[in-house]
Amino acid sequence: MSALTRNAPPLRIPPVAVLLPVAFLALLGVAVAAPGLLTAADPLAADPLAALAPPGGAHWLGTDHLGRDVLARVVHGARHSISIGVAATALAVTGGVLLGLAAGLSPRWLEETLTRAFDVLSTLPELLLALLVVAIIGPGTGNVILAIAVAQIPNYARVIRAQTFVVRRSGYVEQAVTFGRPRAAIIAGHVLPNVLGPIPVLATIGLGTAIIAGSGLSFLGMGPQPPAAEWGAMLSEARNYLRVAWWEAVFPGLAITLTVVCLTVAGRRLQRRFEGRTP
Amino acid sequence: MTSPLLDVRELRVGFGPAEVVRGVSLSVEPGECVAIVGESGSGKSVTARALLGLAGPGSAVRAASFHVAGRDALAFTPADWRRLRGGFAGLVLQDALVSLDPLRTAAAEIAEVLAVHDVVPRARRAGRVLELLDAVGVPEPALRAGQRPHQLSGGLRQRVLIASAIAADPALIIADEPTTALDVTVQAQILRLLAERKAAGTALLLISHDLAVVAAVADRVLVMKDGRVVEEGPVRQVLAAPAHDYTRTLLAAVPSAASRGTRLTTGTPRTRPAPNLSGQVLAATALSHSYDRRPAVAEVSFTLHEGETLGVVGESGSGKSTLARLALALLEPAHGRVALHQRQWSNQPERARRPLRHRVQLISQNPLDSFDPRHTVGRLVAEPLRLPAGERRERVLDLLERVGLPPGTAGRHPRELSGGQRQRVAIARALGPRPDVLVCDEPVSALDVSVQAQVLDLLADVQAEYGTAMVFISHDLGVVHHVADRVLVMKDGRVVEEGDVEDVFIRPRHPYTRALVAAVPRLGVPAA
Repeated sequence: MSALTRNAPPLRIPPVAVLLPVAFLALLGVAVAAPGLLTAADPLAADPLAALAPPGGAHWLGTDHLGRDVLARVVHGARHSISIGVAATALAVTGGVLLGLAAGLSPRWLEETLTRAFDVLSTLPELLLALLVVAIIGPGTGNVILAIAVAQIPNYARVIRAQTFVVRRSGYVEQAVTFGRPRAAIIAGHVLPNVLGPIPVLATIGLGTAIIAGSGLSFLGMGPQPPAAEWGAMLSEARNYLRVAWWEAVFPGLAITLTVVCLTVAGRRLQRRFEGRTP
Repeated sequence: MTSPLLDVRELRVGFGPAEVVRGVSLSVEPGECVAIVGESGSGKSVTARALLGLAGPGSAVRAASFHVAGRDALAFTPADWRRLRGGFAGLVLQDALVSLDPLRTAAAEIAEVLAVHDVVPRARRAGRVLELLDAVGVPEPALRAGQRPHQLSGGLRQRVLIASAIAADPALIIADEPTTALDVTVQAQILRLLAERKAAGTALLLISHDLAVVAAVADRVLVMKDGRVVEEGPVRQVLAAPAHDYTRTLLAAVPSAASRGTRLTTGTPRTRPAPNLSGQVLAATALSHSYDRRPAVAEVSFTLHEGETLGVVGESGSGKSTLARLALALLEPAHGRVALHQRQWSNQPERARRPLRHRVQLISQNPLDSFDPRHTVGRLVAEPLRLPAGERRERVLDLLERVGLPPGTAGRHPRELSGGQRQRVAIARALGPRPDVLVCDEPVSALDVSVQAQVLDLLADVQAEYGTAMVFISHDLGVVHHVADRVLVMKDGRVVEEGDVEDVFIRPRHPYTRALVAAVPRLGVPAA
């Protein structure tokens, strides 16, 4: 049987379904790092005379109700939307790993308490939970990030707790005890690195969800305040002009959708790669 | 002269570019037991599977001629093979827990074979299932029939598997390592059961790595190595007067009473300093430990002296591994205590024990589990060393050299190594802190007999060189007889007999020890 699995798969060019999302994510990377490369227009420069111009000519994606270039706002908005998502995900991963590790290594009563708490929190829809947190701590970009992170922590914590359970009972942790290594060194040297395995995949998919949640909260006016270009906030402003200027809403909406779809595709792809491989 | 049930000439099985079976010819007559013996990777299992059309996806099976039940199997369609399996030939695999569907009861498993091959009318199926379970020696068949694999012991699972293999009354049973995962007394029962089937006229094709198992039931034996048959003949002749070097090496490598005091790999005598009986290293007093109120170890005491090897034998569930964990102080005893060099070892905070930890090291059954999967061999061996970074590398290379591994191994990952090399890495790592005691928990039971011989020789060398005391836990009485000075026989958490290894194994006093010793299949004593 081993002869079967050892046969290396023939080298393949990744299919279009993988290349396209990766290309789009690369483009987003450029938009976040150097939006000037993609558009010369100023996302905040209003030109009332050119308000609600349809796509074409000088404004490829048209202008909004204040005459701002939609392309420029979508491109510059990437920085807001994606940095909210990335920051929230980073925070959630950190919190989730720490809490999951703590739960997995705690005495039984504490482990049970934490686990039940994760379970209860996971039953609530993420956006609702984030909204609840924002309602308590108030709106603003920083608070939105914190709210989304809190809402996502249980996802990571539950996985890490389960991993910790496996690793702490593993032969190599037991061996490390027989070497006389202190508990903290064993946790840092063996447990932590070995529980992180599923994180890259989870975080990639989680990033998509975090971006949606961020845009959702911004749409409700909880995030970056106008005139800042943020996809959710743009949608919110655009909904009053939907009947006369579809482009003002469609393009930021499309940006959110494509980002999340591409992240999910990439995440699933990673997942398949990692699951196919024995660690 | 009846025609053979199975006859294949020049069987070749390849997976992609790799050919794992390279021209095997074999035939099985009705009522005959043919055994294929070989080490892992010899192609014996693939041969057995190919004979039932189960070589697997991606395989290419070729043969000069291939007849099953008098028909040309080279022309068989998948449907032909399906009709053959279960009906004409039953298959018994090594691990019944994997081979049985966890969601189905024993009765459902057997009834399926009855249904597929339409052996008995539907109304009589339930009754037939119970008859079959009874026939394979399952006690309380009515109760067991309704249970699922996880509720059955290893021996019972194997019986259920055999019951389903014989359900359609096949002319041939192909058994691939049918007793490998079992305790010796259970193994003896299963072998008796297979011998009974043979007496009833069923032909057997037995695949095993264990020459002694084969000696007990087979008429003819084929010795396989690297996909080829190197020797073939009546079992007595092959075991008593092996013609091929490989068979001879294989036979010599089997540890037993006779091999005591010799090197298994060369057969030459080995001298080792006598244990220092005045130097007590590890002493356990009345140790008891329970899991969920079920006693795992009860009232066990032992003393281990400098340079001594204490064997611990017993069947699964007898508390051997719990005893190892107690000796390593990975587990605190509920009662009793362990002393190391007459100082407190158990029953104290880990902090107090840590400075002494390096004196007691563990070698476990599965080295891969005991290695952090991210680390290279060099890093693994370096972990227990308390040396400045500069001296570490040198010491790691020293240790690797000591266990017979080239320096290049340091940069490799254990999963790229063979089982024997991995166990060498584990030994190198355990030797690093210069321990006084090595606790070896089934250190060779996952290894092929020739590799096992190398590892046992290495452990003996290490002991001779450093005077390390060893607690050597094994289910294999032959291995323990070969290595140990004294032995504890455990059953249900208690020590039922202890003493000098020769006394205990040659003149056992306790009935359980007698049963254990009697159950061990022996080379050169083929069953009549």
